[in-house]
Amino acid sequence: MRRFTPHRLWAVVIKEFIQMRRDRVTFGMMVGIPLMQLMLFGFAINSDPRQLPTAVRMADDGPFARTLVAAMQHSEYFNIIRTTATEAETQQLLQLGEVQFVVNIPVDFSRQLLRGERPALLVEADATDPAAVGPAVSALRAVADSVLDRDLKGPLAALRVSQSPIELRLHAHYNPENITQYNVVPGLLGVVLTMTMVVITALAITRERERGTMENLLATPVRPFEVMLGKIIPYIVVGYIQLSLILLAAHFIFQVPLVGSVTLLYLVAFLFIAANLAVGITFSTLAKNQLQAVQMAFFFFLPSILLSGFMFPFRGMPEWAQWVGTCLPNTHFLRIVRGILLKGNGFTEIIPELWPLLLFLTIAMTIGVKRYRQTLD
Amino acid sequence: MNDHDFVIDVSGIAKRFGDKTVVNGIDLQVKRGEIYGFLGPNGSGKTTFIRMLCGLLTPDAGRGTCLGFDVLSQQAEIKRQVGYMTQRFSYYEDLTIAENLDFIARVYAVPDRKAVVDRSLERLGLKNRRKQLAGELSGGWKQRLALAACLIHSPKLLLLDEPTAGVDPKARRDFWDEIHGLAADGLTVLITTHYMDEAERCHQLAYLAYGTLLTQGTVREVVASAALTTWSVAGPGLRELAVKLRQLDGIEQVVAFGTTLHVSGRDAAQLESAIQQLRDDRHQWTKIQAGLEDVFISLMGESKDNFA
Repeated sequence: MRRFTPHRLWAVVIKEFIQMRRDRVTFGMMVGIPLMQLMLFGFAINSDPRQLPTAVRMADDGPFARTLVAAMQHSEYFNIIRTTATEAETQQLLQLGEVQFVVNIPVDFSRQLLRGERPALLVEADATDPAAVGPAVSALRAVADSVLDRDLKGPLAALRVSQSPIELRLHAHYNPENITQYNVVPGLLGVVLTMTMVVITALAITRERERGTMENLLATPVRPFEVMLGKIIPYIVVGYIQLSLILLAAHFIFQVPLVGSVTLLYLVAFLFIAANLAVGITFSTLAKNQLQAVQMAFFFFLPSILLSGFMFPFRGMPEWAQWVGTCLPNTHFLRIVRGILLKGNGFTEIIPELWPLLLFLTIAMTIGVKRYRQTLD
Repeated sequence: MNDHDFVIDVSGIAKRFGDKTVVNGIDLQVKRGEIYGFLGPNGSGKTTFIRMLCGLLTPDAGRGTCLGFDVLSQQAEIKRQVGYMTQRFSYYEDLTIAENLDFIARVYAVPDRKAVVDRSLERLGLKNRRKQLAGELSGGWKQRLALAACLIHSPKLLLLDEPTAGVDPKARRDFWDEIHGLAADGLTVLITTHYMDEAERCHQLAYLAYGTLLTQGTVREVVASAALTTWSVAGPGLRELAVKLRQLDGIEQVVAFGTTLHVSGRDAAQLESAIQQLRDDRHQWTKIQAGLEDVFISLMGESKDNFA
């Protein structure tokens, strides 16, 4: 009678679903967390900040200078809140953090320009948050080039800058407008699934032990594997509900393009969800109580969010951090999701990310099942 | 000897946790239809022994059968025919009574599940509470639910670990009537308890202390084998009297029972001569039959000495 039997598995599945429905708070959390994170990361966090407060020190009031200022305003990167003539004032604004940028237009700007002397445009930036500076500065360079190009026509055409001192060409593939949501919202899939799947399964089994019901369960003919599988299946369903919620929001609220096959994504997500559930089960076998289970889940969650390439560009991390990141399932899942949704990757393109997921799942499942022992001794 | 005579037939069963021996070579035989009472102080190994019988723990030493199946290798078969009621309520508090029973019935693949659950609810008087969450039940009702749940698959052996702890006397009495009814139908019951009145309701008793079985038999046999002589004394100043009595040789225990003291010892003659020293007109001394409690307290004191 060591065989696996579906009726016992089914008994556990039904029980789990009833318990899930009764536990309103946890159930709310499973729907609420993806929605809350969507709102936070989707709307609040923006790695391509615009409308940055800017002061302009106009030492030259010529037509070219005024065109340039107007064009900056139009670019949306800059919100010119002050136009002044004194350096002391601009320095104070920077010091107090009231502006992100000070653009200094030199005294003979228009005249130098007409003479073809390539006037220097000094941009002072508050670089305490470097992420906010980069995109705006490159935008400014582009603005300056094109605006002045347009004004220098007719007899002045000869003065056109045929080539900038530094040729800067930026090609932003897949997200030419640098819309942060395209990057963040698909990434959220992995983060939300990691968070809820690991925590909830770790809790579900630890709770059974803490309340003494595990002893009772093990005294029945239920095989340990049946208990484990019966506990996992309901949460796989929950995982797919979360996945669908985020995809719907991505499409309808954030207008993220869904270039690739959503079906493929649903299929691959199974591996990722199962891998996280296996981690949850392994934690539940290590934890003595529910509090410890939650702590362990966070121990896993933090690197998953910080080192997976969700928060920070993966290639920008030091090598050791990249190694840690490579071991986490979320890193590979993120690449798969972004690959499918934004680049339209097919099955063959995601294979390099698929096998690490599979490997992780196998290892986590083996440890989980081994540790999860039938008898109490 | 044939397997059908004994539902439980084990010998030399032992279990160690680390370097602590919790169960130390227990031999036990329980006949079909018997109510077998297991007594002993807290931490004496009763629960561990029961867990080994129902296949939750594997014994480190010993051998034997439970329901004809080997306790070492056929735990899965044993589990299907045993009903085990844990010391602590261990059904799901966030499921209703009916859902709990239904879950257990599914796990055991009980045929005609719905009817069985209904009958079980009816028999235990839980029918109109079927939709109530188990967590909202009082101690007595929880105990009824637990009993119903461990009977749902019609087990042949019932292992009850302190089933009546914290249950009121009326509910306890009903519970015992139920148990006797089941035993009359051929169910074998092994039950642990701390209550003397419950011990006296068992067909057979065993007393366990520090993992060792100290005595077993019927109530009468257990009392007789202890060969304890007990005197009851009534009168004024019992507290002072008790202090004096305890200092005398031949007096093993002095226990207050309401307005009397029970004074016991194993050597009847020595006990009598000791009492003679303190006997006076103000106190009424009567020789009485030693009770189970006197016997058990004496056994407990003795085993402690052995371990010291």
